[in-house]
Amino acid sequence: MLRDDIIEYSLDAHHSEEKGVELRKTIWKVTFLLTAITAVEVALGSMIKQSSDYWQIIKWIFIVLTIVKAGYIVLSFMHLGDERKGLKYVILLPYFVFAAYLIFILLNEGTAIFGALSEVAN
Amino acid sequence: MAGHASKEIDSKTLWGGKISPFSTSYGKLMMWFFLVSDALTFTGLLISYGFTRHDYLGSWPIGEETFHSLPLLEGNYPLIYVALMTFILIVSSVTMVLAVEAGHRMDRKGVTKWMIATIIGGFFFVGSQAWEWSHFIHGSDFGKVELADGSLAIVKGNFGEIESFEVTVAGHHHMVGDKVTEDLKHEYQHAIADGHLHNGIITLHDGSKAKVNKMANSDMTLIVKEFGGDHEIGSEIEGAEAIAMYEEAVNSGEANRVIYGANMKQNEYGPQHYGQFFFFITGFHGFHVFSGVMINILILLGVIKGTYHARGHYEMVEKTGLYWHFVDLVWVFVFTFFYLV
Repeated sequence: MLRDDIIEYSLDAHHSEEKGVELRKTIWKVTFLLTAITAVEVALGSMIKQSSDYWQIIKWIFIVLTIVKAGYIVLSFMHLGDERKGLKYVILLPYFVFAAYLIFILLNEGTAIFGALSEVAN
Repeated sequence: MAGHASKEIDSKTLWGGKISPFSTSYGKLMMWFFLVSDALTFTGLLISYGFTRHDYLGSWPIGEETFHSLPLLEGNYPLIYVALMTFILIVSSVTMVLAVEAGHRMDRKGVTKWMIATIIGGFFFVGSQAWEWSHFIHGSDFGKVELADGSLAIVKGNFGEIESFEVTVAGHHHMVGDKVTEDLKHEYQHAIADGHLHNGIITLHDGSKAKVNKMANSDMTLIVKEFGGDHEIGSEIEGAEAIAMYEEAVNSGEANRVIYGANMKQNEYGPQHYGQFFFFITGFHGFHVFSGVMINILILLGVIKGTYHARGHYEMVEKTGLYWHFVDLVWVFVFTFFYLV
């Protein structure tokens, strides 16, 4: 039985064979990129010790690479890059506002608690 | 009106109110909203992990020191296993996009093929996680040791094989002179954790006492993780000195001088919170992967039956695809913040 309340679908739900060839090319390119980034991360992680002077830089490299990977997954694999501009903002803005707030809490309160605990310990 | 497509929208894509916000279907938009809220849950979990770590006074476990084993292989392979898990999940994400792409061309065979590949990838990931949990729970050969001054140290080295337990005082099961040769390592570690090994004499489960015939440990390094009076955090003790200090703790006959593996109360890798966050975050993610695989199987059945083909579009595949990519996305962050940094 066909339910007519679920036959609705989004625009751009179909594309041609030629477009498919092109899309698959992009997909494999992104795959290669994600794998390469992961390999670089693991190589850096196992080569450079946390006690090393470079660790601070490495840490930031990890975070930047992670965000790059996340960007490719969301924009390319989840096709958010192809959606309407309004939808992009509706999804990304609230998330980033909350995440930024939570990171602020982490650093601010975490530092304060660290200070208080250190004082008690001494 | 913001978000409305300026071009003509065919009547099938319109919602009940005869508009189509952002030119998406209702189901797809709701999937996105769900994913945003789920993303915030994971953000909250990872941030609380960071919070605990940020205000922790001692030294936190280091990824490449904690996760360095591979199934069936001896030796040290820092982070290789989790990298492999990451790769499996990325590949299964790729097969999912290929399924969605095939769906856009109404290629039913292609969708079936790539969905099956995705499901296999998902099972591989869940299986890998099961192995990792089991390894994490059972722990290393040496465990974490409390040294004589109260410092806590993790131990690296080669574990000398145990040949047998030679019974010297009879218990319920064993007679004097019996040689126990089964389940030695397990019994040995249990006895040490409970303080039932004293100067080379082990008290077995049945109450008998036995002499431990064991090869010497070698290449031992103690890495101090918590300050107890004599050793700085991060300092490494090597060679004969390390072996002597470790043996002292092992043979002390005191319970909890050596801790093996992990449970909800304590773990050999670091503070109590570390184990709890490990179980909760990777567990919650693993639960997502598992439910993702189940949903993918249901959708695959729909594809095979031809339900979506008859509908004229494969948007259901696209919607589960969104969920599946999200699971991959979360893992990218868990990988960085739990294992790398």
